[in-house]
Amino acid sequence: MSQYLLSVHTVQGDAARPPMSAEEMGAMMERVQALETEMKSSGTFLFGGRLHDPETATVVRRGAPELVMTDGPFVESKEHIGGFYIIDAADLDDAVAWAGKVVEAIGAPIEVRPFYDVSGS
Amino acid sequence: MTADADAVELVFRTEYPQVVAALVRVFGDITVAEDAVQDAFVVASERWRRDGVPPNPAGWIVTTARRRGIDGRRRATRERELGELVEATERGTDDGFEKDHGPVTDDQLRLIFTCCHPALRTEHQVALTLRLLGGLSVEEVARSFLIGEAAMAKRMVRAKHKIKAAKIPYRVPNEADLPDRLHAVLAVVYLIYNTGADDPDRAGLRREAIRLARALLALLPDEPETTGLLALLLLVESRASARWAAGELVLLADQDRTRWDRTLIAEGHELVRTCIRRDRPGPFQLQAAIQAVHADAKSVEATDWAQIVTLYDHLHELAPTPVAALNRAIAIGEVDGPGRALEELDRLAGELDSYYLWHAARGAALRRLGDATAGDEYRRAAQLAPTGRDRRFLLRRANAAVLDDN
Repeated sequence: MSQYLLSVHTVQGDAARPPMSAEEMGAMMERVQALETEMKSSGTFLFGGRLHDPETATVVRRGAPELVMTDGPFVESKEHIGGFYIIDAADLDDAVAWAGKVVEAIGAPIEVRPFYDVSGS
Repeated sequence: MTADADAVELVFRTEYPQVVAALVRVFGDITVAEDAVQDAFVVASERWRRDGVPPNPAGWIVTTARRRGIDGRRRATRERELGELVEATERGTDDGFEKDHGPVTDDQLRLIFTCCHPALRTEHQVALTLRLLGGLSVEEVARSFLIGEAAMAKRMVRAKHKIKAAKIPYRVPNEADLPDRLHAVLAVVYLIYNTGADDPDRAGLRREAIRLARALLALLPDEPETTGLLALLLLVESRASARWAAGELVLLADQDRTRWDRTLIAEGHELVRTCIRRDRPGPFQLQAAIQAVHADAKSVEATDWAQIVTLYDHLHELAPTPVAALNRAIAIGEVDGPGRALEELDRLAGELDSYYLWHAARGAALRRLGDATAGDEYRRAAQLAPTGRDRRFLLRRANAAVLDDN
């Protein structure tokens, strides 16, 4: 098995995606919950969650002489990771199949990215 | 019996795709498999020159490469993993290679689905397919795509890295995914053919594409589109020697049809008939059927254009691409006249305004209508044309259109 990051990228001020009504939001949450139940019962789910806005981010870097903190995200960009899952999948086809289910549930594109295999094989 | 260096090289080259595919199965890694084959080649070139080429060279290379691959790993990996590896390689026997194995194998089929995985970009799919399934050297693949060898090597390294890191599987996709994934494989083979079709000096790519199409048909005989692709390639190839004269392109209408290869046409027709009997049409089968109609005709005038329009209608329904629409418009012009063709073409302006063949088709329709702007349209096509040959051809058309006018 291999681990993959499935991330959803939100675009700030994306006019193409009008804000959801409370009803649509509720329906989406139901789909997401059903999917997470499926992920968990199949042993696929390792971790996941939705992130706060990028404005809430803090970057820590090595300064001189001490670590310094700056307010805001690492990259000033319109696109940010809005949430993610870390899953355990057999191979890329399997991971892509799960990503497809996430796409269906939330209606946004998903990036699938493999983790380094720490067991070294 | 001894063998000279060239003979060893030739056998190695011929057996390369089969051997690499088998070793990818054994090692589960393309780079390890390729390195092991390279090692085996060093051993072979010494031993075969002394003792002659063995009766089953592929089996010999696999056995040697497997042993050397395991030796290599023994140095590199921990004991526990080695045990598993040895066990796995013993289980995944190369028994098949002890017998005569024929030109294509299930291992190659698995590998082509890996090489043409949609998670890889198209140029990487094509490069890997030519290298691993076609046995072309990196340098040859680079030359076919008019890029440097170093750049091509880098492209292949990146593609192989993605296969390994993202764990793109080595297997034939399950039934639900097979049609889509097979289409991706067939599209790569078709692209290889077309890259060779643009240039008479790159006929090697066309041969390679036809070889791959034959291999796919042998391995997946029940998938109608594999039959369709081979039929399409054979029918297009049947016109190869009439397509060029003195290094310049000759259009279908102007070709010397006595130079068409009747053997290829007969084989292509037979495959198209198989498709029709099976009645599970797909884009490659329909394109093959269209080529079959052309191959049947004694001249452009004698061509059953109505049949071709019907086939393009069907193709455009199944695969509504702008290029299918363009060809449909041209065929409609042959049935209903250039005025109708122009109407159809102008509906595609939004999608195809920067495509040279759209302008060429407009030029042809305008010229038949006696419209003075035909020359400008051909010149626009020439500006957008991808190769010098196409450009020269279109400029000749532009000049001919101007001559009509005077």
